[in-house]
Amino acid sequence: MKPYGFLAVPRCDSAWPAKIRGSRARALPDRALVNCQYSSATFSTGERKRRPHGDRKSCEMGLQLRQTFEAAILTQLHPRSQIDIYVQVLQADGGTYAACVNAATLAVLDAGIPMRDFVCACSAGFVDGTALADLSHVEEAAGGPQLALALLPASGQIALLEMDARLHEDHLERVLEAAAQAARDVHTLLDRVVRQHVREASILLGD
Amino acid sequence: MASVALSEAEKVYIMHGVQEDLRVDGRGCEDYRCVEVETDVVSNTSGSARVKLGHTDILVGVKAEMGTPKLEKPNEGYLEFFVDCSANATPDFEGRGGDDLGTEIANTLYRIFSNKSSVDLKTLCISPREHCWVLYVDVLLLECDGNLFDAISIAVKAALFNTRIPRVRVLEDEEGSKDIELSDDPYDCIRLSVENVPCIVTLCKIGYRHVVDATLQEEACSLASLLVSVTSKGAVTCLRKVGKGSLDPESIFEMMETSKRVGKVLHASLQNILHKEESLGPKRQKVGFLG
Repeated sequence: MKPYGFLAVPRCDSAWPAKIRGSRARALPDRALVNCQYSSATFSTGERKRRPHGDRKSCEMGLQLRQTFEAAILTQLHPRSQIDIYVQVLQADGGTYAACVNAATLAVLDAGIPMRDFVCACSAGFVDGTALADLSHVEEAAGGPQLALALLPASGQIALLEMDARLHEDHLERVLEAAAQAARDVHTLLDRVVRQHVREASILLGD
Repeated sequence: MASVALSEAEKVYIMHGVQEDLRVDGRGCEDYRCVEVETDVVSNTSGSARVKLGHTDILVGVKAEMGTPKLEKPNEGYLEFFVDCSANATPDFEGRGGDDLGTEIANTLYRIFSNKSSVDLKTLCISPREHCWVLYVDVLLLECDGNLFDAISIAVKAALFNTRIPRVRVLEDEEGSKDIELSDDPYDCIRLSVENVPCIVTLCKIGYRHVVDATLQEEACSLASLLVSVTSKGAVTCLRKVGKGSLDPESIFEMMETSKRVGKVLHASLQNILHKEESLGPKRQKVGFLG
């Protein structure tokens, strides 16, 4: 069974949402069920991970991804079905949630599942009075406040917002703006890539 | 294992073709599909390799960590295998669904490498009874299109070839306490010799003949298979029959001869590719995951 949508991004390898799955017991009568699994390879981080998935952090990531995509996918169009999004991280260097969301957006688009808008995500932090966008592993490990933001760029709506550690509310707006701007930049890139791909595909199909 | 549903007519078609030495994709019974091997794809590891055999996609990462030697082998390091079947390959592997297959493959790898001549574990020893290198070989199954064992063994061999373990020195001071010092030069490392690392050749019995490198469809037609672990010199180190059907003793001998023949050719081409890749050095164009 081949994936319907597949994308490889240097840090995060994402796979497909399947259309209809057998477990009707879990199906909802009026909309599609979105099921996400986050798995990161044992060799993806500097320190070897013992379990690729099933641990607390992976489950939490899976729930966050599910929340993000339930906000974006038009689930009413596919009642009594299940959409599976499996994300596999091959190499992690910070910003894994953001990379997962960006990869999964493209995978869902590749599968032809209708969405409200792209979902673009980015992480941000605050060090020495400066807001930083897209933190690397070293910056995350330094222990400052970290913000993860998933945005629907066209409307500016926020699908997911999460922050760790303490940050003074005066700085929140700057950090949020840094993350939002970076997410919008990612959107420009993704939009260009998708349009180019569709153009190439339609040329091959001879339209 | 990921499986595909085939109708009776399709099975008969495949079986008849195999009797005539003509498979669905035009290969002969002893031909492998096109294999793509690339090493050094994951930078966080001591060694890594990615193998694509048809649509079967395997990624292996080797991480070297310091540990204590096992009690019964105080002068040697050791290898630990872990196989993760990603849900990307088939939705059946979601959650704990892939654990059974993963354990089966890991146990097969342990058996193959338990042979003393496969890898020289003495090179992994730092100081007897106290410190040694433990190589954690992690296999990630990204996509499944038949013939998993072969692809995994090729990937493990390539990853071990690519593994670079930092050179360490043990310094002993007057009180007798030992200190481990890492070499200053990041390129000063020890490499493992993979000359004797075997590769698995899986032979599936279809009708009266056997085929090498079966696709998912061919595996669905086969009732029994033989996994043979062959070294580059043609020596058989491990043999295992899988599947619900039974095999004739004569077929087993025939299959073993085929596997030795095919195994030698496989090893020769793999060594060729690995040395060519290495000779290109840092200028090599890496395809990685975007290809």
